Amino acid sequence: MTAHQAAGDKPGPVRRLTGAAGVSLAAADPAAPVRGSRGRHAGPAASPPGAAAQRAAVASRMRRGLAACRTYPLATTGGTIVVAMAAFCFLGPLVYHTDQIHVFLSQANLAPRSGHPLGTDGDGTDELGRLMTGGQVSLELAAAAGVLAAVLGSLWGAVAGYLGGAADAVMMRIVDAGIAIPAVILLLLLTSIYQPSTAMLVLVIAGTSWLSTARLVRAEALTLRMREYVQAAVVMGGGSMRIILRHIAPNAIGTIVVNVTFQIANAILILATLSWLGMGVQFPGVDWGDMIASATQTISDGYWWEILAPGAAITLVVVAFAMLGDGLRDAFSAVGYDAVPATAAEADRPVRGPGGR
Amino acid sequence: MTAYLARRALQAVAVVLLVTLIVFGLIRLAPGGVTTAVLGSGSAHQQFLAQYLTWLGRVLSGNLGRSARLNESVGALLAASLPRTLVLTGVSTVIALLVAVPVGLLQAVRRSSAVDHVLRGLTYLCYGMPPFVLGSVLILYLAVDWHFFGAEGPQAAGVGGVIADPRDLTLPVLTLALVTIATFARYMRSSALDSLGQEYVQAARARGGGERRVIVSHVLRNSLVPVVTLIGLSLPQIVGGALVVEILFNFQGMGWQIWQAAVNHDVPVTLGFTLVIGVAAAVGSLLADIGYAILDPRVRISRP
Repeated sequence: MTAHQAAGDKPGPVRRLTGAAGVSLAAADPAAPVRGSRGRHAGPAASPPGAAAQRAAVASRMRRGLAACRTYPLATTGGTIVVAMAAFCFLGPLVYHTDQIHVFLSQANLAPRSGHPLGTDGDGTDELGRLMTGGQVSLELAAAAGVLAAVLGSLWGAVAGYLGGAADAVMMRIVDAGIAIPAVILLLLLTSIYQPSTAMLVLVIAGTSWLSTARLVRAEALTLRMREYVQAAVVMGGGSMRIILRHIAPNAIGTIVVNVTFQIANAILILATLSWLGMGVQFPGVDWGDMIASATQTISDGYWWEILAPGAAITLVVVAFAMLGDGLRDAFSAVGYDAVPATAAEADRPVRGPGGR
Repeated sequence: MTAYLARRALQAVAVVLLVTLIVFGLIRLAPGGVTTAVLGSGSAHQQFLAQYLTWLGRVLSGNLGRSARLNESVGALLAASLPRTLVLTGVSTVIALLVAVPVGLLQAVRRSSAVDHVLRGLTYLCYGMPPFVLGSVLILYLAVDWHFFGAEGPQAAGVGGVIADPRDLTLPVLTLALVTIATFARYMRSSALDSLGQEYVQAARARGGGERRVIVSHVLRNSLVPVVTLIGLSLPQIVGGALVVEILFNFQGMGWQIWQAAVNHDVPVTLGFTLVIGVAAAVGSLLADIGYAILDPRVRISRP
């Protein structure tokens, strides 16, 4: 176990993506050690041609998948936790039925007991069931906001990095200015202007988070545009848009995919913070941040389960996404979250969004 | 070098101007026409620009405006809350550095050992836990259950009031320090790993330098360079305060004030405070680049 962990841990300080070949090699690598086994099974046992060969192919694919998982334990653990939490939130209510609509004041603030494994909150709602309902909102919104932010930031960064010159300078100063204003203040302004509906929350969170992705992808695009295949595309008369979408963006995909996981982790934190401040998901909707917000009101009464349960849920999911991102970055060996910044301008936003300080 | 710094300084000015424009534009979007009430309307055609320039002119002459809600000038509010915040964020940043640098270095030197894994797990935990959860848990056990510390930050006015009340200051500082340690230690670890692989470390070992000497005078020194950058980039957070922590502990610093202003649509305060934080960010990023150029000669030479 430790040996594998060491292997997965290795490319920590690697800082530059090695381009197209580097990405695909790194992605295919884990499969390499066991690839040979496919031939052994497919060969002599080929007499009943259909089923057996198919089974062998499936088995070999599974073995390769397992090998990949063992090479990158960090990503595997993170990914497993993410899937498990999603299953808990979305499939859990099918098994564990609770009433999340009515208020039962006689049942309010009960400590964990049989019937209420995680106790009840101030409205007498079952905490475990609330964790599932709230988690659905948290995960859905965060995933949407994280992906949107990564897409926006990637396009902005790729365009700026590819065009260079004055366009790059203007575009990146806009990013600098956006990053200079602490995200939580931007969010406060935006949420106090617009009614925080679900769609608006996604837009607002993505609207403040895409900046760091833009910096990351721009740095990537700066090196990519000097590559021969991009130069060749230019010489052959490819338009800027085509080159950005067909050559630059796909080759920065390692960086972008890693960034998506960190953006989702960040979006979970931002959403929870906004809801905790009362500017996130609005009543009667509920998310994990809301649950902690109402528990904070009664903190001096010592209802520990009302803080620990949603707090643990948020922490677990964020850590899982961070592990997944770190693991994937190791796999892609792309520029990532804890790469050392060469200069201030290249550095990612140093401390995470509003949750940070 | 001088040309590079001059260019960076110009960029910083442009960034500050953009910050004011973004914040002003956002606040002007807010319902209720508050900006018009405060700044008056220019010609209907050029209203936005006229209002923006009026405000900018006042700011440049040192007048940040006046809060009608609190009947105090924004400058006075800043003078009251900035020092309080600086105590909170300053102390926790220093603590975070004192812990994170050795921790990150240890992790890099003992890479992939049990120590590294345990510390890595702990930094993941501090990274994933939102400050209001961490702070709430600390309040729940250390203040409510065991009465070691106060559940609220120091309430007395001024820096003196904050420092004189270590019992109440402990939990906000601890919360903030733990959150910061997670980030700093991650940077320090990966920066030290980077240094460990460099040729000058091999050369130092080849010359027969003791392990301790190699680590301290070669690896540590060189790994601190990116950390200096990180401190420069944290300047807006140090000045702007820890909004969430200040709200949780009811600590009247910059973050708390800006939150009150945003919730109550107190435009002059929001604008003024955001401007100060934006300037801090631009200056911090400039300082980080200058510091980097001073500490790392390679940057100085390679830059046009």
